[in-house]
Amino acid sequence: MEKVKTVYKKSEGLSDFHLSYCPGCTHGIIHKLVAESLVDLEILDRTVGISSVGCSALNYDFFSCDMQQAPHGRAPAVATGIKRVKPDTIVFTYQGDGDLASIGIAEAIHAAHRGENITIVFVNNAIYGMTGGQMAPTTLLGQKTTTSPDGREAATMGLPLRISEMFATIPGATYIERVSVHNPQHVNKAKKALKKAFEIQKNKQGFSMIEFISTCPVNWGMNPKDAVDWAVDNMIPYYPLGVYKDKTAGDK
Amino acid sequence: MAKVLMKGNEAMALAAIKAGLDAFYGYPITPQNELPEYLSKHMALHGRAFVQSESEVSAINMVYGAAGAGARVMTSSSSPGIALKQEGISYMAGAELPAVIINVMRGGPGLGGIQPSQADYKQITRGGGNGDYYLYSLAPESLQEAVDLIKESFDIADYFRNPVMIAVDGLIGQMMEPVDFEKEVPKWDLQPKTWAANGERDGRSKNIINSLYLDPAVLEQHNHKLGKKYQEMKDKHQRYEMINMENAEIVIVSYGSTARIARTAIEILKQQGVNCGILRPITIYPFPANGFAELPKTVKDLLVVEMSMGQMIDDVKIVNEGKLPIHFYGRCGGIVPEAEEIAEQVLKIVRGEK
Repeated sequence: MEKVKTVYKKSEGLSDFHLSYCPGCTHGIIHKLVAESLVDLEILDRTVGISSVGCSALNYDFFSCDMQQAPHGRAPAVATGIKRVKPDTIVFTYQGDGDLASIGIAEAIHAAHRGENITIVFVNNAIYGMTGGQMAPTTLLGQKTTTSPDGREAATMGLPLRISEMFATIPGATYIERVSVHNPQHVNKAKKALKKAFEIQKNKQGFSMIEFISTCPVNWGMNPKDAVDWAVDNMIPYYPLGVYKDKTAGDK
Repeated sequence: MAKVLMKGNEAMALAAIKAGLDAFYGYPITPQNELPEYLSKHMALHGRAFVQSESEVSAINMVYGAAGAGARVMTSSSSPGIALKQEGISYMAGAELPAVIINVMRGGPGLGGIQPSQADYKQITRGGGNGDYYLYSLAPESLQEAVDLIKESFDIADYFRNPVMIAVDGLIGQMMEPVDFEKEVPKWDLQPKTWAANGERDGRSKNIINSLYLDPAVLEQHNHKLGKKYQEMKDKHQRYEMINMENAEIVIVSYGSTARIARTAIEILKQQGVNCGILRPITIYPFPANGFAELPKTVKDLLVVEMSMGQMIDDVKIVNEGKLPIHFYGRCGGIVPEAEEIAEQVLKIVRGEK
């Protein structure tokens, strides 16, 4: 008899809960990468994750580490509160663009500014998903949402906010990278970025944030394949991928 | 033990350290600044956490995080800052987390002023944030009482797994008095914080700190669970002081600094041949209904004195159930009533002029 070898299985960093995400949404992939990174680095049992408000609000059930659910936008403050009393605990926040780039921009900027030794997983899909597709700070020009029905225009709604570029200017931040999960090659790159961020935290080297370009097929009004193509064709040109800041680069 | 002469805000800070404070998170606002200033130095000396946050909103959410990780944690602020903290306070009540919040009240509404006030009574005793919840709320009248209550308040917060509010005014925060920090305070029967989400698993199952319940039936059950705590506070943990009640014909109902001033007023009244008592709520939530049941039959009138336009008077009306005439005297905007003014109000009522 041939021996059966397991070549792939669900990460033990994820629970048995069914994910609450819509078909084709990339939250599932990003969850998998976070879970696998925590397991690979053997830090799952000493991690607290902070759920935010948005589509990922319920992910305190999805990750198998300790979790705390935060008020809208406040996850980096909650993470700070924990990290300062438990400096050896790994603390990450998981936030969307409404949560981080809009209502929680102050908390996120000041966590970076203080150089808090935490990791932010920032998921940018250019729209408010959970509340039904309203305009976000990261909504692209011309993009139609339920609160920009004729498409975002700069004169009254401003230009889309580039978060990684902004955070790279903060002296206290250690590592800022923008990644995408639109194909397997980029999924692998994204995992490397996440692992690097958690390693930086593990080594007590300070604040890290990984921005994920993500999709929202339902609120974009597209099928999952078209949504991925739209992200590649429209989001990545405005939000270029890459490392925006790496204070550890000189230490190698 | 020898008494130490200290300013109110600093004495309250040291009391928290004595109670085992692990972390303080706060944002500057007058008239409580000496409290975080003291802690910024002394928390570091004790190897404990101190962060001056970017806002009150952030500070209370840091408190929420540290409380969720099982730490003894505190924040302090003054009225407009406490208003900003209501979001996090509601989350802590919902997620059943202990913390101590000091409110050194100043005049309002809006930016108001920076002088002493008791105009946050409703914000403090009605929950303040969204949802059905209450804070166990203590209103000391002296620095010694403030220190004793703060030392005990961390136990109370842990016992109920609910935030405790210390309600003082700018007068308590700014004045100096001798304080004995070693005075024994009651110890509460506390359970280990096995619920904490602190990343220290050591074989235990995962912990979740959360106030989200999307199933209405489950959320209703959760509210009933919280409701039982508030009922226990009301049934077993009302605190109040009955002062000069023997043969009192009139009773002043007053808390905090205002009650302290009323003490002088009743001495003035004694010289005028008027027996005036004071019912001093020490807990403003739960409101001390039991004290009203104990009022002697000689009492003909109640005079509520507050540094506000009249907020606690609503609670007095509820517990009085229409039995005695209720009068009100209030100063606000940062004006502190003089003992003579209060005595004059009592005299007017006793003489039937009011």
